[in-house]
Amino acid sequence: MKTTEILIAGFGGQGILFSGKFLAYKGLMEELQVSWLPSYGPEMRGGTANCNVILSDTPVGSPIITTPDVLIAMNLPSLQKYVNTVRCGGQIYIDSSLINIKVERNDVEVFYIPVTQMAKDEGIGSLANMIIVGHLLENHPELSFDGASEVVENLVPPKKAALKELNMKALSLGKNYNK
Amino acid sequence: MADRILMKGNEAIAEAAIRAGCRHYFGYPITPQTEIAAYMAKKMPKIGGVFLQAESEIASINMVYGAAAAGMRVMTSSSSPGVSLKAEGLSYIAGSDVPALVVNVQRGGPGLGGIQPSQSDYFQATKGGGHGDYRMIVLAPASVQEMASLTIKGFDLADKYCITSMILADGTIGQMMEPITFEDTEIKTYEKPWALTGTGCARKHNIINSLYLKPDELEKKNFERYEKYKEIEKNEAMWEEYMMDDAEVCVVAFGITSRVAKNAVLTARKEGIKAGLIRPITLWPFPNAPFEAAADKVKAFISAELSMGQMIEDIKLATKCKKPVTLCNRCGGMILAPDEILDAIRNAEKGELA
Repeated sequence: MKTTEILIAGFGGQGILFSGKFLAYKGLMEELQVSWLPSYGPEMRGGTANCNVILSDTPVGSPIITTPDVLIAMNLPSLQKYVNTVRCGGQIYIDSSLINIKVERNDVEVFYIPVTQMAKDEGIGSLANMIIVGHLLENHPELSFDGASEVVENLVPPKKAALKELNMKALSLGKNYNK
Repeated sequence: MADRILMKGNEAIAEAAIRAGCRHYFGYPITPQTEIAAYMAKKMPKIGGVFLQAESEIASINMVYGAAAAGMRVMTSSSSPGVSLKAEGLSYIAGSDVPALVVNVQRGGPGLGGIQPSQSDYFQATKGGGHGDYRMIVLAPASVQEMASLTIKGFDLADKYCITSMILADGTIGQMMEPITFEDTEIKTYEKPWALTGTGCARKHNIINSLYLKPDELEKKNFERYEKYKEIEKNEAMWEEYMMDDAEVCVVAFGITSRVAKNAVLTARKEGIKAGLIRPITLWPFPNAPFEAAADKVKAFISAELSMGQMIEDIKLATKCKKPVTLCNRCGGMILAPDEILDAIRNAEKGELA
């Protein structure tokens, strides 16, 4: 039995829910059981946003994550709020363009990726989220990078077709980071 | 395998309703169920259906009453404070014996409360809400798939018994996405000779009304209606049992809480505690049978719910208080964590009851 609980947190406009949707769809494609739960409270309206994604080879019990295996922190308040909830042996992905502190735990694997800066440099300013997701895919064989373009195809509405290529570009940037 | 698609719970309700033949939706927006109205607004005009955003919840439930009287499959949806506003209409619909589907995606109360998930409208749904002696069939989905399947079931039961079916969901199940399939969806339809469809000068007028000024007539009507309710109690109770075969501690939970409870039961089993779960799927009729059986076997029951303790009363009635029933709860939009239920299980196992 393998279950991966992914908590994605940041502020509104960073595509937190979209990156969660991407991971949920990817899990669906890999024939996994999945759940996707957004924050929908007042905090989301102009403040922090977060999203719980669970991928499992058995039916998902509670969709609410209390101890994530993976935390994606897209801003400082999110990291501070959730850093100590990550399961021992888990992973933390950090947007190091926006977060300038280091994680003081040594029982988790931490990836510092300056995704906001990378997205800016590549002219894909709103897709920092997908750079992190690209790196995560590379680290998670149960999801894999294969078929990512099919997921993007499904998620991006026809009206915004130009974004498909840009999403793929962001995912590739993340995949190849540090190689 | 059927095609699995990802959908929000609220959208699953709307899509299932359309598949069940519902072509009339009347509503008024309120978080956390607005996706139902949004989905209907998008889809209904394309398939010759009616989507109407009424001026208020009271207007929308009365539009439901009218369309139901005309024999249509019809629904409305809202969240807690909005359902309170609909209560008058619910009573009129019950008093007129017309079928309707009403969705409550619950949020914290009382009053305007908050917008986070809750289960504190259990009493309102199962014991009344509106005035007078009446019942609604209350269905409590615990997954996005069930949001769809119980919506279809709800329409079916409503038509079969000429009663209101209520889907009692919560903000979490409404907002979350899960894979869902619509394959094998069998839709039953029912003759409605009582409906107001125009006589065509070929039959007597049908009259749909809840006004009975002669007390003996009103009493008779109520007695008849309760005969119907008895049939429903006998035939339609639904529940799920999880690891109950040898269970010594029985957690009882519905909707989102039942999923948290399953996690807790699994962990308890790993610790060697024989825990199990009964999940009522119909809250009315409350499934008495599994409780009668469990009351002779288990040490204690735990009612895990997102309220100050509402379902716990039905558990005590169903078990005839043969065993202690303790409450494990959060409310106001807070959700029970698996560890909180696990602690309650450990305490119950040790015989330390709150």
